[in-house]
Amino acid sequence: MTAAALRLPVPTVGRAPRRPWAWSWVAVAAVLVALVALLPLGFILWVGVQSGWDTVAALVFRPRVGELLVNTALLVVLTVPICVLLAVALAWLTERSDLPGARWWAWLAAAPLAVPAFVHSYAWISVVPQLHGLSGGVLVSVLAYFPFLYLPIAAALRRLDPAMEDSAASLGLGPWQVFMRVVLPQLRLAIWGGGLLVGLHLLAEYGLFVMIRFDTFTTAIVDQFQSTYNGPAANMLAGVLVLSCFLLLGAEAGTRGDERYARVGSGSARQAPRSRLGRYALWCLALPVLTALLSLGVPLFTLGRWLVAGGAAVWQVPEMAPALLQTLGLALAGAVITTVVAVPMAWLSIRAPSRMQRALEGCHYLAGALPGIVVALALVTITVRVALPLYQTVFTVLLAYALMFLPRAVVSLRAGIAQAPVELEQAARSLGSTPAQALWRVTLRIAAPAAASGAAMVFLGITNELTATLLLAPNGTQTLATAFWAHSSEIDYAGAAPFAVTMVLLSLPLTWLLYLESRRIAGR
Amino acid sequence: MTTLELKALYKNYGPVRALNGVDLVVQPGSRTAIVGPSGSGKTSLLRIIAGFEVPDSGRVVLGGALLADGPEAVPAHRRGIGYVPQDGALFPHLSVSDNVGFGLARNDPQRSQRIAELMDMVSLDAAMLQRRPHELSGGQQQRVALARALALRPRLMLLDEPFSALDTGLRAATRKAVAQLLQSAGITTILVTHDQAEALSFADQVAVMRKGRLAQVGTPSDLYLRPVDPATADFLGEAVVLPATLTDDGADCALGCVATYEAHRRGPARIMLRPEQLRLTIMPAGTAQTALTHGGYGTVLEVDFCGPVSELNVRLLGATDVPPLLVRSSAVEMPAVGDTVQISVLGAAHVFAADTVHS
Repeated sequence: MTAAALRLPVPTVGRAPRRPWAWSWVAVAAVLVALVALLPLGFILWVGVQSGWDTVAALVFRPRVGELLVNTALLVVLTVPICVLLAVALAWLTERSDLPGARWWAWLAAAPLAVPAFVHSYAWISVVPQLHGLSGGVLVSVLAYFPFLYLPIAAALRRLDPAMEDSAASLGLGPWQVFMRVVLPQLRLAIWGGGLLVGLHLLAEYGLFVMIRFDTFTTAIVDQFQSTYNGPAANMLAGVLVLSCFLLLGAEAGTRGDERYARVGSGSARQAPRSRLGRYALWCLALPVLTALLSLGVPLFTLGRWLVAGGAAVWQVPEMAPALLQTLGLALAGAVITTVVAVPMAWLSIRAPSRMQRALEGCHYLAGALPGIVVALALVTITVRVALPLYQTVFTVLLAYALMFLPRAVVSLRAGIAQAPVELEQAARSLGSTPAQALWRVTLRIAAPAAASGAAMVFLGITNELTATLLLAPNGTQTLATAFWAHSSEIDYAGAAPFAVTMVLLSLPLTWLLYLESRRIAGR
Repeated sequence: MTTLELKALYKNYGPVRALNGVDLVVQPGSRTAIVGPSGSGKTSLLRIIAGFEVPDSGRVVLGGALLADGPEAVPAHRRGIGYVPQDGALFPHLSVSDNVGFGLARNDPQRSQRIAELMDMVSLDAAMLQRRPHELSGGQQQRVALARALALRPRLMLLDEPFSALDTGLRAATRKAVAQLLQSAGITTILVTHDQAEALSFADQVAVMRKGRLAQVGTPSDLYLRPVDPATADFLGEAVVLPATLTDDGADCALGCVATYEAHRRGPARIMLRPEQLRLTIMPAGTAQTALTHGGYGTVLEVDFCGPVSELNVRLLGATDVPPLLVRSSAVEMPAVGDTVQISVLGAAHVFAADTVHS
């Protein structure tokens, strides 16, 4: 009891209620992170203002931009729903049916994450050289990105309370209706979050689409920049890309809703029984088999073929050892930093949903949706003009990683925190924990599997990150991804293979961890 | 000492008024039950005492220290108030042992000893310490939640309908055990419930809450036998309310002349009796109906056999304006439908205050 509180005047009836989180430290932290995340957008706007309206109009309103817009929109509109269907089907088969070898198929559905997107397309054009354009882009994108949806959906399926399905069945709903009306709505947070993530990746990916010869905004921006160093042109294209990202975010936020997804009731849920596939088992088995063959078989076959063709000569230890160490260090530091700065936003997003929170959350996704090259260009320009000592330092490259991979961390953490009911935090506070301690000791522990999977996703992202690293890394820094890119750009496919294999091997244990964490249920 | 005082608490949620001027004093070491229908504001009140929410205005004072003065409030974690939520809210990621020891310092050398002590207090076997919350039954989960809240030796314990998830037999036993435990530990306790029987049996002091106000506060027997108005009377149990005329001898009503607690008032009034205050005596068949017109006789309309105590509906003879009376009778020598019975009154009737006569 503080003396200050005792000296307060006697209050009058009808005082305005205090807004609960208005200036809490969480909100302040989230606002700070959001402001930093706005840097790249601010940079583009600033360039736009500097160029003037006539230049902007000349650069934006032309057929080429329309063509890119159609390409990018088609890519998103086709890829995301296919990913959702594939992920829901695989998740249901592996988690809720008696599919033979379900655990193995579950692991194989997560494993494609270990293969960088540009290695996927490198593998596909090695096998099918004529693959290109929209169909090629959609095919490789689905194979590279569906695990982003599979993992959260499978985790949500495992955590569903079977009592809800039992209740629905007792109310006269058949199995299919139960799935559509009870199970699917509960997967909504996972589907929306994962779908947004895939969509943002499609907008930002560079390497995959360059190899498959499909023009998107991002490839066009890099082309523009490399061919002419015409800054405003690249930045105006990026401006249109940012608008597309806004559209995606708006669609997600507008349809996500703010229902409660934490389980209401005492104790923990029973484990759900598995449905019997019976004579359909073999047909159902075809889906995971085909998915694994296309998403894992093709890359492994290609890499194996190039390694055999290249022999021992392609393994250059003096080049590979430093690349490996630098990649590890950057990825580890980046994963930790990104996860920590994502906590305030994820917490607010579940505990205090509001218009303000949605705007802040949008800011968090913004830099992640921008192509790496735009984030990198923004940071290059800002460091050169404002903070030269930071130019091409580890700090700047880590900042770029944090900005780019923030959505992964926020989305995972958000889903995890939704699993920890607010009553538990209150119980902790009545036991003497401060709000921050309650968050750390209860909510974050329960959300830990989700946080770890978020951190692992960031680690994977950094391991496979290409463009920002090329621009921002300190002199002499060569990561596995940049080395791979250097070799494959010179059509030295055999020389690139060892780096690709190392990236895959490095990503495998983390993907395995990601998979394990997504299977672990709080308290089980 | 840890007296809890609530002074003029108001709380709105948008246009909804949850608390509309609540004043309450809870004596040290006592047990108070706040009872009311759902939506009456009792949970809001509990959450304001716990510190999870702040009142719009009004004060919360515990043991002389000001905990909340309008929106200026001491946060929950610095109040030292124990809290057992409705479903226990055990931490699913921690073992029973870590749940119980959550509030204790982790490097405390006494920690495991204290945890064992707490398990013993709530009569749980120490073998359960390594289990996870979902491996416990509902009653065990509640006990663990109680042990967890007791760990910090709170000055005040708040129980938010902690027994409602338990089945009937377990509920009564758990309630009794918890009441004894808290009494022997000398912890001031507030129980929030919508179950009047639970409130009456658990507490030394019962507060009936209605529409954001405390309609009446008092001892359980006081509230039950002398409720402030018919609505409170009905909420706390079945009531027989009759019009009467107060005279020097008592209340003259359809049951004849009945003793009352009221000594001074005279004239028309409304009196209240509890069904178990009425006793039925079977009149021998063939008694002349005409002899029975003056007060206290009736015909059994309906018998609802419920085991130890059954409920009967009795129509008074010669008083057509009074609805059938509800009477509780033991299964021994219970009248049958159609029997003529004499109705006698045990104890005294409660007279409602004059301004509630027409309510």
